[in-house]
Amino acid sequence: MHAWIAKQQYLIDFTLSSLARRKAKNFGLLLVYTLIVFLLASVMLFTHALRHEAAHLLEGAPEVVLQRMVAGRHDLIPPGYLERLGRIRGVQHKEGRLWGYYYDPVVKANYTFMVPGKENIATGTLVVGAGLARARGLAVGNVISFRSYAGNLFPFSVARILPQDSELVSADLVLMSEGDFRRFFDIAPGYFTDIALSVANPLEVRNVATKLAQQFPDSRPILREEILRTYESIFNWREGIVLALASLAILAFAIFAWEKASGLSAEEKREIGILKAIGWETGDVIKMKFWEGALVSLAAFLIGYVAAYLHVFRFSSALFTPVLKGWAVLYPRFELTPVIDGFQVATLFFFTVFPYAAATLVPIWRAAITDPDSVMR
Amino acid sequence: MSAIVCSTNPMTTSTRPSYFVIIVLTCASAVFIATFGDALFLRSRRDAALGQMREMVTQLQLTDLCLFTEARYTRHLSQADLHSAFQDHPHGLEHFPTGSLVPPPAHLTATHARLDSQTAVPD
Repeated sequence: MHAWIAKQQYLIDFTLSSLARRKAKNFGLLLVYTLIVFLLASVMLFTHALRHEAAHLLEGAPEVVLQRMVAGRHDLIPPGYLERLGRIRGVQHKEGRLWGYYYDPVVKANYTFMVPGKENIATGTLVVGAGLARARGLAVGNVISFRSYAGNLFPFSVARILPQDSELVSADLVLMSEGDFRRFFDIAPGYFTDIALSVANPLEVRNVATKLAQQFPDSRPILREEILRTYESIFNWREGIVLALASLAILAFAIFAWEKASGLSAEEKREIGILKAIGWETGDVIKMKFWEGALVSLAAFLIGYVAAYLHVFRFSSALFTPVLKGWAVLYPRFELTPVIDGFQVATLFFFTVFPYAAATLVPIWRAAITDPDSVMR
Repeated sequence: MSAIVCSTNPMTTSTRPSYFVIIVLTCASAVFIATFGDALFLRSRRDAALGQMREMVTQLQLTDLCLFTEARYTRHLSQADLHSAFQDHPHGLEHFPTGSLVPPPAHLTATHARLDSQTAVPD
């Protein structure tokens, strides 16, 4: 056993000396290889963690949201609608929601105005999201004015700023009292934006939605499972888009690596010929090249993966922010909770390490079984 | 090969490149394993904030993440009008960059049933 280890060590020594002779080329290969692993691992870690976080957070969303449609567009719930819903069996709790959008021309950002159902906010005051407070430079006690769609100016004082940790769900929120909301948007009492429903038996949610659709043909019930599915499909789509873009880089790398791994240079062929001439066996030459492939690919995987982990979970995925941000002015600052799927990491390891290690072996075997004299010529 | 193994090596143990590489790869492997430990640590540290956000979602009855705030149908993806995005054409992406990354609803892209081969009378 000791002799076997010593032999492998000598082979590694020889391999490293051989790699050092073509320093620039091999270092370039390692760098590109590491970058590819970094990119793939970053996308994988980011989307998996975001998908997990979205699913966890939106588990708390209303079980059914009922919208009213007029001429194919979302419209306000009229008075009396909410009362009629109470007759549907299985509906445990129903509540009209008041929320809407406001475009702030000062910073050219969209805010979500909302009336919290379970919290009383004093008239003339606001509770704002941390992202909005940052964009407008607000602090508790400051006064901010918004011009309503009717053209009137409404001054509000900031009572509280929502925690920075919750920006992923609250960066653009403006919470206000029901009276202020109705006055600001000129919405008459009894009207609501939509209705949130909770259902006693979770297995009955679909049946309740079917009943709602039958009894209120102008309604559009949105189930929590649909909300979760929406985000699941978006993150799958986004991951796919990024990977599709990255596939060009991966393809370029594959061609480069294949050329490097499978096409032996004249110098490498001569080296193999000399080794065979001085007594190396075919198996030893193959082992030497195996170590070359294994060391390069293993180093690239380890460095690339660790860098991706740090990028996503320690540096808030700084490189992905421009992609996610789009044209949005308000973008939440958030730190993802690390959720690592061992199977995904194993898959990444398999598809990044093994192909390269395998690609190095075939041409070496071909060169190693030929006559040393003809290889050296 | 045996000649190589048995030959006296002029390199001392400390200068052998294999030792250097083994140490580097062992350290890199240790850091790789440490990322899993770090993930557990960060998760326990961010548990409180995650719980707070979950509580906020329940209290305020929120339905969407605040990821894309540039338009109403990207801010509340799950609540948007069915025809707000992609309103010009099912495959025509609207002008916000987010639209290039959000897929059109399936019912807009569904193809019609192919009935031409089943008709008895040609058109």
